[in-house]
Amino acid sequence: MNQVANDVVTAVLVLAGAVMCFAAGVGLIRFPDVLTRLHAATKPQIFGLIAVTTDVAVNNFSLGTVTLVVAIVVFQALTAPMAAHLVARAGHDSEHLRTDLLIVDELGKRTG
Amino acid sequence: MTTRSERLNGYVSRLTLGGGLVLLWMLLWGSFDWRGLVTGVLVAALVSVVFYLPAVQLSGRLNPWRTVLFFLRLLVDIVSASVQVAAAAVSPRYRASNAILAVPLHTRSDLILTWTAVATSIVPGSLVVDIDRVTSTLYLHVLSMRTPEQIERFRASVFETERRIVLAFGSREDLERLRVCAAATEKSPQKSPEESPESSTETSTEKTGDE
Repeated sequence: MNQVANDVVTAVLVLAGAVMCFAAGVGLIRFPDVLTRLHAATKPQIFGLIAVTTDVAVNNFSLGTVTLVVAIVVFQALTAPMAAHLVARAGHDSEHLRTDLLIVDELGKRTG
Repeated sequence: MTTRSERLNGYVSRLTLGGGLVLLWMLLWGSFDWRGLVTGVLVAALVSVVFYLPAVQLSGRLNPWRTVLFFLRLLVDIVSASVQVAAAAVSPRYRASNAILAVPLHTRSDLILTWTAVATSIVPGSLVVDIDRVTSTLYLHVLSMRTPEQIERFRASVFETERRIVLAFGSREDLERLRVCAAATEKSPQKSPEESPESSTETSTEKTGDE
């Protein structure tokens, strides 16, 4: 019974994580410009990572695993937005964006 | 006198942050013993000397229940927004329509500004393009914004995130500012169209009588 529950949890979490990473990859190709691609590149797989690492923690439940999982998620959650922000800012400043995709640009208004 | 309490606050902030570094070190190694503690303290000291940064002013306030609520809500937001972005990525009829929005936050604290920026940025569909620290303004690139109503709803959600963070671990001044802003938005008519005019004026006079 316990084994079955474990397998169900594993199936759900790993599948969810895989689907998210897959969607991130598809979005990276399909989305039209730098800023939009950043969304696909940095975000959905945080959820994917949380799902997969949670599954690891559930299946090998020990203090060391849980703390390592917490550290991984915290670092990923802290660094991914920073990376996204740096690329977004560089992209915006060097005008590597398609303004025709924006319905409002309140940052452009401020600078120019 | 104020300088002394400020200095004390600085020491407390520094110690808390150093403790956080030690905890992180022990999390990384997964061992909570004396060896981990000693090496953690050494590494934390080394890191804060070599990579010196001005210490962040902690607010000195923490509401555990509100903090748990904030993180739970963040998790729910991440999950639901991830699904939406993933759906947009694989949907064959996807057409990009985005917006770069300026969101002027109420807080004047670096800590709350950073937390709000990271929290809105980690939720898929919005990322921080630029920050104006003087006016606490976040410039966010938001995915799939099509109508002005959607834009206003998104702006309101960012303010809501800020509110949850301030309630969880904002300083007393931030709490006070939040209360004043809430009273101000209550007074303005477009925020509460379903309320009858006499009841809204009633609450606003109550609020001004309070202060």
